[in-house]
Amino acid sequence: MRESRLWFWHILSAIVIVFLLGAHMGTMHMNTILNSLGLGSADPVDSVEVFRRSASPVFLVAYIVLLGSALFHGLYGLRSMLFELSLSKSVEKTIGGLCAFAGFALFGYGTYVAIVVYRMHGVQP
Amino acid sequence: MKNRLNNRLGLGGWLGGGRYGVDRYAYAFHRLTGLGILAYFIMHIFVTGMRVGGQEEWERTMAFFNAPVFKAGEFLVFLAFIFHAVNGIRLVIVELACGIGRPHVPAYPYTNSTMRQRPFVVAVMILAALLMITGGVDFYFMLN
Repeated sequence: MRESRLWFWHILSAIVIVFLLGAHMGTMHMNTILNSLGLGSADPVDSVEVFRRSASPVFLVAYIVLLGSALFHGLYGLRSMLFELSLSKSVEKTIGGLCAFAGFALFGYGTYVAIVVYRMHGVQP
Repeated sequence: MKNRLNNRLGLGGWLGGGRYGVDRYAYAFHRLTGLGILAYFIMHIFVTGMRVGGQEEWERTMAFFNAPVFKAGEFLVFLAFIFHAVNGIRLVIVELACGIGRPHVPAYPYTNSTMRQRPFVVAVMILAALLMITGGVDFYFMLN
C-alpha cells in the first residue's frame, strides 16, 4: 500500500516536472527561438534578468514546487533502481533513509536560497 | 517481500534489450538519463545557490561555467531531459492503460502488447529527435 502510494506520487511529480521543467528548459535553452517569436527574454542567465525573475512570487512558488517534485521523483527513482538489486532488508532501509535525508536537506537548502534571493527584490541594472 | 524474485542478471538485466528490442533499450536509457539528470540537478541546486552571494558572485559563477566544456555538458543534460521527458510521458500514458489496445480473444496471427505499442514508441522517438534538433540549433547555431 505504501509503495503504491509512493508510485502514485512518483507519476504525479513527473507530470508537474514536465510542465515546470519544460518551461524552464524552453526559457533557458530555446531562448533564441522563443525570442524570434517574441516570447523570450534577451539573456536568461544575465544577472539582472535572473534576480528580476527570482523576486517574482510566481517564480518563487514554481521554483519550490519544482524543487520538491524533482527531488522526490529523482530520489524515489534512484531508490527503486537500487532496490531491484535484491539487497538485504537492512541495506534497503539504510538506502531509503539516506534518500529521504538527502531529499529533505536539499529541499531545505534550495528553499532557503529561493526565499533569501526573493527578499533581495532584484538588482539594479 | 519473501516471495520477491532475485534479480540474478544484475546490471546486465537492467541494460540488456534481449528480445524486447527498442522498448527495452528505451527503458534502460530512461534510467541512465534519469541518473544523469539527478546528478546534474543536485549540482544545479548548489550552483543556483550562489545567488545568495549577490550579483557579483552570480556573475563570477556564470563566467566560470561559460567554458565550452560546461556548455557541451549542459547540452548533454538538455538531450537527456528531452528523452527522459518524452519517453516518460509515453510511460505514464501506457501506465494508465491508454494506447495499448483493448483486451481481446487471441486469434491467429497473434499480436502482443509490445508490437501494438511499437508505433507509439517510434512516434515518441521522432518527437524527441525533433526537439533535440531544435534545441541543438538554438544552442550552437543561433546567436543571441
